[in-house]
Amino acid sequence: MLNKTLHISTSPHLTKGITTVDIMKNVVYALLPVAGYAVYAFGWDALFLLATTTLSAVITEHYLCMWSGKPTTVGDWSAVITGLLLGMTLPPAFPLWMAFLGGVIAIGLGKYVFGGLGNNSFNPALVGRAVLQAAFPVAITTWSAAFVSDRFFGVSSSLLAQPFMKPTYDAVSGATPLSAFKFDGVLTGSYELAFGMVGGSTGETSAIVILAGGLYLASRNMLNWRIPVSILSTVYLFSAIFHLINPETYPTASFMMFSGGLMLGAVFMATDMVASPLTPTGVVIYGVLIGLLIVIIRIWGGLPEGVMYAILLANAVSPHIDKITQNRVYGTTKQRQTA
Amino acid sequence: MLEEKSSIEVFGQVKNTFKHGIHPPEHKDETNSLPIRQFSFAPVVTLPTAQHLGKPSKIIVREGQEVLRGQLLAEADGYMSVPLHAPVTGRVRKIANVPTISGKMVPGIYLESLEGAGQEVIEGEEVSLESSPEEILSGIQHAGIVGLGGAAFPTHVKLKIPDGKHCDTLILNGVECEPFLTTDHRVMLEQSEDIFLGIRYVMKATGAKNVILGIEANKRDAADFLKSKVPVDLPLEVRLVPVKYPQGAEKMLITSLLGVEVPSGGLPIDVNAVVINIATTAEIGRLLPHGRGIQERVITITGPGVKQKGNYLIPIGTPLRYILEEVGVEGTIREVYMGGPMMGVAVSNLDISVTKGTSGVVVFAEKNVTATQPEYPCIRCAACVDACPLSLNPSKLGILAKNESYDLMAEEYNLMDCFECGSCSYVCPSHIPLVQYFRVSKSIVRKRAAKKQPTHA
Repeated sequence: MLNKTLHISTSPHLTKGITTVDIMKNVVYALLPVAGYAVYAFGWDALFLLATTTLSAVITEHYLCMWSGKPTTVGDWSAVITGLLLGMTLPPAFPLWMAFLGGVIAIGLGKYVFGGLGNNSFNPALVGRAVLQAAFPVAITTWSAAFVSDRFFGVSSSLLAQPFMKPTYDAVSGATPLSAFKFDGVLTGSYELAFGMVGGSTGETSAIVILAGGLYLASRNMLNWRIPVSILSTVYLFSAIFHLINPETYPTASFMMFSGGLMLGAVFMATDMVASPLTPTGVVIYGVLIGLLIVIIRIWGGLPEGVMYAILLANAVSPHIDKITQNRVYGTTKQRQTA
Repeated sequence: MLEEKSSIEVFGQVKNTFKHGIHPPEHKDETNSLPIRQFSFAPVVTLPTAQHLGKPSKIIVREGQEVLRGQLLAEADGYMSVPLHAPVTGRVRKIANVPTISGKMVPGIYLESLEGAGQEVIEGEEVSLESSPEEILSGIQHAGIVGLGGAAFPTHVKLKIPDGKHCDTLILNGVECEPFLTTDHRVMLEQSEDIFLGIRYVMKATGAKNVILGIEANKRDAADFLKSKVPVDLPLEVRLVPVKYPQGAEKMLITSLLGVEVPSGGLPIDVNAVVINIATTAEIGRLLPHGRGIQERVITITGPGVKQKGNYLIPIGTPLRYILEEVGVEGTIREVYMGGPMMGVAVSNLDISVTKGTSGVVVFAEKNVTATQPEYPCIRCAACVDACPLSLNPSKLGILAKNESYDLMAEEYNLMDCFECGSCSYVCPSHIPLVQYFRVSKSIVRKRAAKKQPTHA
């Protein structure tokens, strides 16, 4: 048939076939084992918490779109990532109403006020967590131990705390390895750390599962491997140096590597494409900066953990890193610097 | 993702390539083994006077006049112009506007082929190899030759070495990096004598002492064949370059072969090189000894919508409708591109005819075309940054284009260097029409610059 009207499009007429939605979905797939392990380690608490933050993020995104008269963007799956990541940074027995509020803040304040997907300056999940940390400092640092025997029988009472009421905590609560080290000088073993047999935020406990997810994404070119590699090697090197100087005061490098939110942050948070630099040199600078900030905050800061603030600070300077690390354009001699 | 291995071993030597680039599916196997076949004459050919860059040619025939194949129909209008020859023996039916690929109607000739007429080509005055460079360049212009790779830039202008410059290396472009197209491949396999003679003409015209023919590694047979045929007295080096789009872009090929970069805003002659397409070279070798004009060219007719795919020698001006009727199409056709799918232009209707710059016709049927993907916001995934062969920042440029910051794009982000290869749009997961933004932005910047320039007239 030659009489049909022809479709006109502009070149190129071929595309690689990977879509933004594919990327987002794959990040969710990579996060699912982490979520699964969290549920395995912390029981129903973790399941309810992750479900709450995810739902809250998706619902917020949907209603903000409706409210501003735009077609809903929940179909791009990015809100699911934000929700899952937020839940993973919270303690397992975190009151659900606070978690829900965190999802609203993450999407509303972390993403939507900037203009939605692609425009957020900061990782939205971390914005949500930062606000929760400021608002509920006690709840967000009250940890339950992993692998308690009755974790699949009922949920912690704090989870169902009523809004604006002081939550009551169950008897069993454990310190995180970082706070145990910082405040009590107790060092947790590497095996327990690698397999997440420790207290901590919901999704940050097992380094192995997180790394597997990162490898999956990196192999599909959906995650910039340079970011986690530069963060982790910086943390390793920097803390190894301090450990060498004074093994009594400073923990070993492997303890630093596998404790706290470092793995989750390095693999899934710092790699938020929107909030990280574009250029190959830029992402390395960004990663090194995060690594340095993490060690500095952990060793000298008032907080036991510094991953969140390190990433947020690096997010803030990422446009500037981009500016000073533009690729040298073909046929030009100078590195282009747009100050 | 680990970086692409950026060099390959060729003929025992390691050769470099340019940075970045992409690997679209090649789709060349469908036609690369099919020898060039003569296409039949359409009852009416339509010849726009503007089928090259520069000024349209001036028509010198009148309606009703009978012309012989190869006869001059329109002469060059000044230096930046080339003449037009009759692709078929016939009668000028009409001198009127004809549809072109740009969507514009431009003055042209409807030429009716005479049935039963002998289709011998009339010959003109021979331009010998002993002629001066100027005479050869003028011979090339009189033959109506333009770059056959697709840009249709007048070849005599391209080969003219500006005063104060000199050409060391002549680079022959046998890369053909566009998916689907196999015309250059077949020309290299079937027209070696024309190529070698053409090289001698071009060497004479440019004064080049060395000649390098760059061929993409997926055409090893052509490289081996030509290498085995090179006359002993011809300083021609045949080299394979990695299969990577847009390897065939002039600047990229120079970098791959010579290891230097053409300065931003400059031309190959700024690094003492001249680049010419291999099919254009063959055309020079074929036409100049006989003083003939170009009246046909090899075109790959291909794509999933075509039944009899192949490489055809098609008279210039043959309407697409006629071509597709002859080769047959699968079901209902949906999209037709002239040129390859990366840089080619989609045609709006089949009354458009093939021109000197048409290297291929790629047809997609309704069932081969997927629904247009919705556009998502830029997620700064940096795929475009890692694809751009010029190391531009398409992500940033795209955002600036949306904000209409055209001057900033040109001044700070090297917009005007973009040659619209489309690699950024190809890889973009958000389906942002980056290269289309850049086309529009470039034309706006050019217009603004022209406005600022006081006219001396």
